[in-house]
Amino acid sequence: MAKVVVVTSGKGGVGKTTSSAAFATGLAQRGKKTVVIDFDVGLRNLDLIMGVERRVVFDIVNVIQGEAKLNQALIRDKRVDTLAILPASQTRDKDALTKDGVAGIIEELSKDYDYILCDSPAGIEKGALLALYFADEAIVVTNPEVSSVRDSDRILGVLQSKSKRAEEKKDAVKEHLLVTRYDPARVERGEMLKLEDIREILAIPLLGVVPESESVLRASNTGTPVILDAESVAGQAYADSVARFLGEERPHRFLDPEKKGLFKRLFGGRAA
Amino acid sequence: MGWLDIFRARKPEGGSTATAAKERLQIVLAHERVSRTREDFLPKLQQELVAVVARYVSIDPGKVAVNLDRGGDMSTLAIEIELPGPKVAVAR
Ligand SMILES: Nc1ncnc2c1ncn2[C@@H]1O[C@H](COP(=O)(O)OP(=O)(O)OP(=O)(O)O)[C@@H](O)[C@H]1O
Ligand SMILES: [Mg+2]
Repeated sequence: MAKVVVVTSGKGGVGKTTSSAAFATGLAQRGKKTVVIDFDVGLRNLDLIMGVERRVVFDIVNVIQGEAKLNQALIRDKRVDTLAILPASQTRDKDALTKDGVAGIIEELSKDYDYILCDSPAGIEKGALLALYFADEAIVVTNPEVSSVRDSDRILGVLQSKSKRAEEKKDAVKEHLLVTRYDPARVERGEMLKLEDIREILAIPLLGVVPESESVLRASNTGTPVILDAESVAGQAYADSVARFLGEERPHRFLDPEKKGLFKRLFGGRAA
Repeated sequence: MGWLDIFRARKPEGGSTATAAKERLQIVLAHERVSRTREDFLPKLQQELVAVVARYVSIDPGKVAVNLDRGGDMSTLAIEIELPGPKVAVAR
């Protein structure tokens, strides 16, 4: 039986798709059979971040409407062979996603995969609700910023009341906090919420902290999940988070401003 | 962060990834704009191809793999259909 994991946030643009791509790739690199589903119908982007946009023929709506078999719509990653991507539809509207349709897809994928990652759209409307409905675990992506923290709290409430587990009064969805775009220098200057503040307010277990990093833009330019950039701080932070997700103990890194050495100060190197 | 990073940071890497981004966008958007004005024929094409093959041999629709690579000047579509071996064919 596969574990269904939703990557969600409430607020838009906080790093859900970046994190979904990194996590899916990281789990697959560790030998887990992983499929990542884009639930952002109408605004598909996971395909670009994963670098498979040229290979999309069918999408989740085609499968739900019986126009294609699931197996035909899945795109197998060429870098990591235990990884597959199910794209969102770009042309249909959100109503094309149905609870029964998604249930069927998740049931079928459960037979072949260890992890089913659901990249949620922003908001708390239909697409976001469907992305989290079947979840066993949730990765709540939060930026150190007031509206993001508030929206994360809101989405935690939705997870606790509107998920299948909640409706069926089963064990609650397991919640993980993933803080992204963390800028230790700005935190130190008192311009940005501290990690400790976010943890205190949301009070869910911390999975990881991904620093603000230029490597994320480079990764999206080339369609390479940032976790494959093993030299970058963001890539390393995601790799740590995946390890923790799988039960390993790893100390949190990149929480303090980088001490600039003489060379860096002279030549002006930036965070990788 | 080793001291070697200063050399890495000075490579014109940022510029080259932006070029890659532009090229990828041009290709994907060209295809998306076309499909906005007329319906994407790929799903139908694929269904009809499979139906034709199914007239000759019994195939498992789950064992049809579609591989597309959209390009700027040219796209390639590869449809891989797993055909049953002669033994199976005789048994039916
Ligand atoms: N650690 C990071 N450092 C720098 N930039 C980042 C980081 N994480 C994400 N970003 C940038 O933030 C933007 C939003 O990221 P992303 O698309 O992953 O967010 P999202 O939550 O999926 O958005 P949406 O709600 O629209 O689906 C992108 O431009 C991405 O490159
Ligand atoms: Mg997204």
